[in-house]
Formats: sequence, C-alpha cells, structure tokens
Amino acid sequence: MKKLNYLIAFSLLVVLSILIHNCTGTGETANIEEAAKKVYVKPGSYDELYAFMSGGFNGQLSVYGLPSGRLLKNISVFSQNPETGYGYSEETKNMLMTSYGFIPWDDAHHPVLSKTNGEQDGRWIFINGNNTPRVARIDLRNFETEEIIEIPNSAGNHGSPFLTENTEYVVASTRFSIPVPNKDVSINSYKENFKGTISFISVDKNGDMNLAFQILVPGLDYDLAHAGVGPSHGWAFFTTYNSEQANSLLEINASQNDKDFIAAVNWKKAEEYLKAGKGKIVQTEFYNNEFNESTHSAISKKMNSVVVLNPKECPGLIYYIPTPKSPHGVDVDPSGEYIVAGGKLATVIPVHSFSKMMKAIEGKKFDGEFDGIPILKYEEVIAGEVQNPGLGPLHTEFDGNGYAYTSAFLSSEIVKWKLGTWEVVDRVPTYYSIGHLMIPGGDSRKPYGKYAIALNKITKDRYLPTGPELAQSAQLYDISGNKMKLLLDFPTIGEPHYAQAIPAEILMKNSNKIYQIEKNKNPYAVKSEKETRVERKGNEVHIYLSATRSHFKPDNIEGIKVGDKVYWHVTNLEQDWDIPHGFTVKGLNNSELLVMPGQTKTIVWTPLKSGIYPFYCTDFCSALHQEMQGYVRVSEANSNTKVTFN
Amino acid sequence: MKNISKFFMAFASLILLLVFLFPIWKIDLSAPQYPEGLGLRIWVNQITGMKDGDLNLINNLNHYIGMKTIQPESISELKVMPFIIIFFSIFGLFITFINKQFMKYAWLILFIVVLIVGLYDYYMWGYDYGHNLNPNAPIKVPGITYQPPLLGSKQLLNMNATSLPDIGSFILGLSFLFVILSIYFNKKVQNEK
Repeated sequence: MKKLNYLIAFSLLVVLSILIHNCTGTGETANIEEAAKKVYVKPGSYDELYAFMSGGFNGQLSVYGLPSGRLLKNISVFSQNPETGYGYSEETKNMLMTSYGFIPWDDAHHPVLSKTNGEQDGRWIFINGNNTPRVARIDLRNFETEEIIEIPNSAGNHGSPFLTENTEYVVASTRFSIPVPNKDVSINSYKENFKGTISFISVDKNGDMNLAFQILVPGLDYDLAHAGVGPSHGWAFFTTYNSEQANSLLEINASQNDKDFIAAVNWKKAEEYLKAGKGKIVQTEFYNNEFNESTHSAISKKMNSVVVLNPKECPGLIYYIPTPKSPHGVDVDPSGEYIVAGGKLATVIPVHSFSKMMKAIEGKKFDGEFDGIPILKYEEVIAGEVQNPGLGPLHTEFDGNGYAYTSAFLSSEIVKWKLGTWEVVDRVPTYYSIGHLMIPGGDSRKPYGKYAIALNKITKDRYLPTGPELAQSAQLYDISGNKMKLLLDFPTIGEPHYAQAIPAEILMKNSNKIYQIEKNKNPYAVKSEKETRVERKGNEVHIYLSATRSHFKPDNIEGIKVGDKVYWHVTNLEQDWDIPHGFTVKGLNNSELLVMPGQTKTIVWTPLKSGIYPFYCTDFCSALHQEMQGYVRVSEANSNTKVTFN
Repeated sequence: MKNISKFFMAFASLILLLVFLFPIWKIDLSAPQYPEGLGLRIWVNQITGMKDGDLNLINNLNHYIGMKTIQPESISELKVMPFIIIFFSIFGLFITFINKQFMKYAWLILFIVVLIVGLYDYYMWGYDYGHNLNPNAPIKVPGITYQPPLLGSKQLLNMNATSLPDIGSFILGLSFLFVILSIYFNKKVQNEK
C-alpha cells in the first residue's frame, strides 16, 4: 500500500513537472499574435529605432532596424572590406595605419553614441578596436568611419569608448597591463614592470579626436568603464580585475581575491593638474587618421608624444572602490547617483553610491592603499546589494522608470530589479548565455526604454543549422509592462558585444543621399566626361575614369605595359540617390571599388601579363548595366604601344 | 474710385516682378524607382530641377531615349522673357500715370498675344525635344514620342509626366486680373460722371 502511494505520488510528480515544463515553454512569448504585431513593420514603413551592433571579430559595425531586426548596413571600421574597397583604395588605406604598420583588422566591441547633457544627440557613434588599441568615430550623416585614433601605452583597448556627459572626452582603459613604455622584460616581472593606462581622448565640436592625456595606473587588468552624469559628472569609473597581479593562468590566479576594484577617476581634477603643469610629456608613437568628406581621402598623422599624469604626484585623482568579484560592467544610472558593478563571479550585484563615495573621500574612510592609490571602505560607499541576481552578472542598463536590467551570463537571463529597494522584480531567459544587453538610451540620462535586447554568445538550436559556424543570436524583449516579454529572436553577424539604439527620426533627417560632385575636392576627380583622360608618369599610369549610366569614359584604353602601376581613379558622376557604380578589371590583384554618387575612389592594379583585359561595373545600376564595360590593352614591357583612349 | 483704379494698375505692374522669384511651369515625373519624385521647374529666366541635381539626372536618363540634353544657357527664350516681363511692368506703370483706358486694353491684348506665342513656343520646344531623337539611342520604341504634355499627364515609358502651371503663372494671371479691375473701376468713375 505504501509502495503504491509512493508510485502514485511519483507519477503525479512526473505529470506535474511535464505540465510546468509545458507552461514555461509556451510562456516564452506570452501571446504570439501580440508579439508579431509589435515587431511587424509593414512593407514600405520604417523601423522605430536604429540599432548599432558591434561586429566583434569582424571589425565592423552593423546597423539594424528595431523592432523588426532587419539588417540595414555594415559600416567598415577597423577591417578592410573588398566589397567597397575600404582599406584597399588609395583614399582609405591610411585609415588603418598604426604604429605597428598597416593593420587590416581589429576586434570591435563597444559602440557608443555621442551625447549632449548626457542624452543621445545623434552626431557620431564611437567604437573601440580592442586588439591594436584604437578608437573610431563614425559620422552619422554618411554612416561612414571618419576618424581613427590609436592609443599608445595600451594593450587591449577594452574599457572604451565611453563618453563623458557632453562628449568632452572618450575614456579608454587598457585591458592588459604591459611595461610602459613597452620593453623587453621577463613576463615574470609583472608586479615590478607592468603598468596600466587610462586615456582621455578629447572631442572637439567637429568631432576631431585628440589624445588629451593618460593616467599611469597600477598593473591590473582594466575591463569596462562609464563616465558619471549629473552630480557625478566630472568622474569616470573603470572596473578592474586581477588585483592578484597574476601573469599566467588568470582564470584561476586572478579569481582568488574576494574583491577587486572600481577605479574612480576625477577627470576635472586631472584637468587642474594638467593646468598646474603636473603632466609629463612622454615620447611614444601613435597614429591619428582622418577621413575628409570633401577630398574623399584619409590623411594619416603620426604623433610622437603624450601627456601622462602619475597619481602618486596627483593626490585625489583616483580612488579604488573594492568591488566583488572580477567585475565586468560598471554602469551609472540616469540620475548619476548609482554605480552598478557586474561582478562576473559575485553572488550579489553591488551598487555604489556616488554621494556616499564623496563623503567617504571627505572623511578619509580608507582601507589602506594599492600601489599608492587610496582604497575606500566598501561599506562606506555601498548603497545596496541586489540579492540573488542570477549567476555571472555582467552588465546593467536602465529604463528611466526606476528599474535596472542586468544580464547574467551563466544563468542565461535578464534580471530586472528596482533601484533603491534592490529587489528583483522579474527575470526572463535568454538564448543562450547573454553577454551585454541593451536598452535604447539605457546608458544615458534619458532612456527611451520600451525594448531590451539580449546579445548572446551561444546560438545552438535557435535557427536553421549552418554547419559548425553559426550566426550570433539576439532577442528583443518588450519591457514596457511589469513583465518582460520576448518579442523576437533574430540572428546577427560578427559577434555583437554591445549595441546602442536611437530613435530613427533623430538620424534619418540628417542622412545624406549623395555626395555633391561640385564639392568633390579629390585631386583625381573628374567633374564631367570632358575631364576624363589617361596620363603616364614613368611607370605609373593614371586613368581618370568617369562612371555614369550606363558607360565608363574612356572605355578603350591602350598603352599600359606589364610592370606598370595602374591607378584607376573612378568618379561616379551620378547625382541620383542610390545609384552607386562598381568597378573591377580582370585580374585586379586588389579589391573592387564601390563608388557612391559624386565620389572618387582609386584602386591600384599591377597587370602581370600582356593581353586584353575587360573591365565592368559590378553594381546593377541600370537597364543597360550589362553594357557598362570597357577594354584595356596591356602590352609587353618593351613594346612601343602609345597611351591612347577614347 | 479713380485712385483705386490707379492703385490696381500699379499693383498689376509691380506684382509682375514677383515672377522672377517663382517658376512659371512645372513638369513632374514619377516612376517606380523614384519614390522621392523628380521634376523640372521652368522659370522666366532659367530651368532648374525640382530638387538639386534633378536637371542633370533627367538629362542623364534622357540619353537612353536619345533626347537632347536640356542646357538652360543655350535656350534663347530664357534670355528674352525677363525683358518681356520688365517691359510689361514698366508699360503698366507708365499707364498708371497717364491713366488712359485704351492703353490698358492695349496692355491686355499685347499680354494675351505674348501668352499665346509663349505657350506655342513652349509647345514647340517640347515637340522638338520629344521628336528629334538621336537615331542611335539605346532604347527605340516604334511609334512613341516623348513630348511632355502642355497641360496634364502622359505616360512616357516608365515615367509619368505631369505638366502644370506653377506659382509664376498664377502671378501672371493675377496681374492680368488687376488690369481688368483697373479698367472696370475707371469705367465706373466715368459712368458716375
């Protein structure tokens, strides 16, 4: 009898668990029709928001529409793109110059939109190159990269490019500490020789970036950052890990301490110290590459020095706030009072208070110091701890209604909690292993809210399988109600680490349609077909080619010889929206060109064999696109063929 | 009453000069590929696009059908028309001063003649562009010509062309109307006497 009872109880348990499982299974999207309506953008209509997602290891920045999740553009930033000629054309090669030479790739992590008064203003978007430390600025009228600045004395530009309230500075911290200046030492001498740097890049009203100053900081790993807003404007916060200062097997050796630090940097104070002459000019080498919209060309400037501040000589410049445990994100709430840390291995989400921090500094509530930097007492700064926040909390954004949303990597979920009471109010699963999350404007003083996006690291069975390599996955949630609701699941390309979104109306009204041909100042441009020509200078041949529907001029070119360096200067004479022309020639040992209306681009070709080579337009431009072609004759090096063209 | 008549005559003469600020005719083109629209604006002294680059673009597209390019600087009417407008304005002001009814009638008749000649010239201009096509053009459709309509809409291959008077024409009409009003009020004065 007893056995039977057990059996019945067990059976009930099984049935119950199946029922519960099914409930949660269908509960994923509360109501499919309702969700579909919220993400359906009817043909011919626009999305509500632009979303910019970093491409991670593809070095690009992709632009999506929300809530539909439609891909709109891939902006070339740190990676050569043979589709457009970015990084291949003579005009754009300079964009990828660094003190390590021409680097055709980088690992792009965090896009951040420019801000005024802590609110998105839609002028530019910045993104970091993690591997060979760089920061890029992308112009949001053309959706093209306009400037890239290299960061010297840095190794792994991860904690970047976070902006101060009015885009006064882009802040950047080094992930790896290295000898500064870099030198040939034993790796075991980490504690003695390795240092970190925190960089402040100033941004002027035209967007021009300059490396204003660097702060030499103790040799730790610096992870992410955020600058203060409102009351905390003037400060910037940087997470660190590896306070153990390990130089090998960090997964174990850098996970021993209960607490690492958030570095709180008073950058207004830094400006005072600089004025007082405390900055030391240090010789170094880095590049600043700028693309000029009127010449359609990039200029590379090599810089030779940087001003460095040493905290030991500048009291009050930096304080360390103890924070559990190998923290990743450090996120400032819209009020500017709370500083939320995402301790990857922590069991709570610690939230620091800016006002308490200021009082603790005033009252000198220190708990010793680390390499000369005062450590504030944890309990003097902490505002509260969110209990049971999920496993592996990484990053937090805000909805502007008093709630915070934290991504939890290990438990693969978004956890919603209330600022002030620190209680968890809702949680939804993500598919799978969320890294960063993003709420439109969720890092600003005025979040747009409404949606949250999960940027996941693992995709597995979410979409049709494509062999071992899968797209990344993103989920869009409706956060306008009390409960977060999954609306959409869509694949993303590259590896989006972080994203930003902005209401469409802010950007679309400024979006350029063409480049004005009269304003084209490229020295190799042709303004009309009359100016097209072919010129020989020694073994260089310059072809000034025009492209317009549906022909190139000239389209028969003779007199090229094997061994010549042939410059194809292609100008698209069109002034019509969305009529690019492509250019390629058979055997072009370089990329193709995709030339926008009114633009000039140059690609170099070195023909290796004599013969006739066809060239053609690669962008289906018109009904007679297939007729848009030409021939170039390549003669032997010692031949007498004269340069002729039609 | 006499003053009103004079005022209307002066007004008719002066508003004529506003024609320089607005196009007198417009030809709008619509096609599936041009959701943003595309068009020409004909002024007394120039031809422009509906928006920047439209003239270039239309010339470029027209080469497919072998149409001549529209080069405003080589169209002599655009050089003559400003003088005609200025003539009517000065003539009108002159009439205001001497206030002779028969001269106002002369102004009106001359105006109508110029208008008819102008429209005929415009029609012929369109006829020339629409019919005198390069025989080597890539696109040749037997039987079709590309003359834009004088007034109204016409489908020309993938383009629907709509030709309508623009603000400038309404100013011309207004000027014409005020000259008639000036005659009317002057007559009233004479009748009262």
